[in-house]
Amino acid sequence: MSDVAIRVEGLSKRYELGAQQAPYRTFRDAIANAATAPFRAVRGVFAGRSRKPLPELWALRDVSFEVSKGTVLGVVGRNGAGKSTLLKILSKITEPSEGHAEIRGRVGSLLEVGTGFHPELSGRENIFLNGAILGMRRADILKKFDQIVAFAEVEKFIDTAVKHYSSGMYLRLAFSVAAHLEPEILFVDEVLAVGDQAFQAKCLGKMGEVAGQGRTVVFVSHNMAAVRALCTEAMLLREGRVALRGSPATVLDQYLQRDDREETDLAQVTDREGNGAFRFTGIALVDHAGQSIDVAHSGEKIAIDLTYASRERGAASGALVFHIFVRNMFGDRLATLSTRYAPSPLEYPDRGRLRCEIDKLPLAPGKYALDIAMKFQETLVDQVLAARTLTVGEGDFWGNGKVPSGSAGALLVDHRFEVSP
Amino acid sequence: MSTVTAPPEVAPATAAPGSPSDVVEVIRPTRGWAALDLRRLWEYRELLAFLTWRDIKVRYKQTILGASWAVLQPFCTMVVFSLFFGKLAGLGSDGVPYPIFAYTALVPWTFFSNGLSQASNSLVGSANLIRKVYFPRLTIPISTVLSGLVDLALSSVILVAMMAYYGITPTVNTVWLPLFVMLASLTSLGVGVWLSAMNVQFRDVKYVVPFLAQLWMFATPIAYSSSLLSEPWRTVYGLNPMVGVVDGFRWALLGTGQAPGAAVAMSCGVTLLLLVSGAFYFRRMERTFADVV
Repeated sequence: MSDVAIRVEGLSKRYELGAQQAPYRTFRDAIANAATAPFRAVRGVFAGRSRKPLPELWALRDVSFEVSKGTVLGVVGRNGAGKSTLLKILSKITEPSEGHAEIRGRVGSLLEVGTGFHPELSGRENIFLNGAILGMRRADILKKFDQIVAFAEVEKFIDTAVKHYSSGMYLRLAFSVAAHLEPEILFVDEVLAVGDQAFQAKCLGKMGEVAGQGRTVVFVSHNMAAVRALCTEAMLLREGRVALRGSPATVLDQYLQRDDREETDLAQVTDREGNGAFRFTGIALVDHAGQSIDVAHSGEKIAIDLTYASRERGAASGALVFHIFVRNMFGDRLATLSTRYAPSPLEYPDRGRLRCEIDKLPLAPGKYALDIAMKFQETLVDQVLAARTLTVGEGDFWGNGKVPSGSAGALLVDHRFEVSP
Repeated sequence: MSTVTAPPEVAPATAAPGSPSDVVEVIRPTRGWAALDLRRLWEYRELLAFLTWRDIKVRYKQTILGASWAVLQPFCTMVVFSLFFGKLAGLGSDGVPYPIFAYTALVPWTFFSNGLSQASNSLVGSANLIRKVYFPRLTIPISTVLSGLVDLALSSVILVAMMAYYGITPTVNTVWLPLFVMLASLTSLGVGVWLSAMNVQFRDVKYVVPFLAQLWMFATPIAYSSSLLSEPWRTVYGLNPMVGVVDGFRWALLGTGQAPGAAVAMSCGVTLLLLVSGAFYFRRMERTFADVV
């Protein structure tokens, strides 16, 4: 009798990149092929993919680990590090290309809340449908029905079609069904990132409860606080491989220090200009707490982190000037953020990070591009155009709950009105 | 919350998906043909019931015409056929009034062709489920075909009314009717399973389906009588399983033609072949669904 709940050995998943551009082939093509090479085409129909070698992407590469019973394992890593692919394989949604995994116990997996919810059906009906989809038996759903409804706080609307629900009610109900799943092994992907603050706290509490009942949980999240609070162990994935396994504190430190930075790796970008004495190596968007974010919100305090490195040790850096240009999607320059405007000159080490803080982001919701450049006494040292897309979401810029939309124009300006007779 | 009205009760729910706790699931890459794994399908019978129930519920909730929709389609076709083929072209109808002759065939046919086309699109239509949850994917086309049985029942009500109107008493052979309904379901499923799996890979399959259904309709004795054909062609004609179904319906209800023998046996054979080959093809393709769909 072993106490290992999950054993993964040499798990790999390969995707063919060509499939990204043309996700499906047409039957017409298959028939056209048949005219020239009937046998090959017939084989193509059965093999389900074309014979031409396509560029490959290894979403997971030779991943091995074990999870003992009762462990709550947090899996962290950058976007594309293979976290979701790992969960999809363990949940049997997709097959690995190589390697194998052994799972001992009843599995429940939660890659999304509200999978299979139908807007036309009532809350009651959706509870049954969603429960069944998540693998609950009808008898179990009946038993927990009242708890599910109470947790979601939708008693009054339980017989109303969910299309009439507010998004908050919808999410609460969806999460509530999921939270009452009672498998021995649970795979969870980022489902805590739903709803308002209060509801997130409630979800977190429920997750903690589930984890406390001796169940084995594998939990993928970008929410560092959740990983720290819930997990007994953590694992860091980097480019499809296991980079580190250990206590949540150790793994998160490593992740925050190295992976969470450089959201966009600029070291490999070849489309750039300048003499190259210094180069940008990364650009990241971070929130007020210094954590990497994908989307900024109007009126929020954010920062842009630029990392750079010199080509030679001890390069003269005294007169370096950094620029960040904010463009809209039509290419019009909206603003320039520059160290030239800094009150006193900055000292730059050979390699380092330059943080540009913006106290109150004055941009309306929309997409913007950030161009970055470095100059040394009017000589262009390095320049990367559209180094990063800045996605701005709705936020309370005016501080009064009247959230500005993209149609108000790109720039948000603090202003006041006064009337005099 | 004392009364929980809802979904269908399904047999004693003993085996939950992936049941006992000492079960060990091994995940590894598979290649080539896969076993059908009907046991797993059986474990998920509750989900199958729920998906069928959802399809039925949603279909009648979303449309203004609701239930009458199921009736209108074959009924209107019957009216058109009666005018053009019955009156104008004067096609024979084996001694029964043409409208009832056509409608008796249209009831199973509409069930078959709707089942076929909905099943073909069922996987693509359930893409979000397939990408996020594991369950035997065969439940999707199966539930789609099953939910069509409700439409079949509704359109049969009109059939009974028409028979009363024309003063036709059903023959004792009516007891065989469920058998023909089953043959129609399985044929619909067999073709639907093939097409749904192909549709995930080849998105132009959905353009082929309506065309296929139309051609198939003319290859089935709906507007005309299969007595127009003589042996041995008639038996060959039975290679189309819907010939067996339609002739069976007319024989059982209206008493036209002779007891279907060789032709129906042939139909059953073809259906079985379609279904089994379709299921194996489906299982083979199933492993890539989540990546492609």
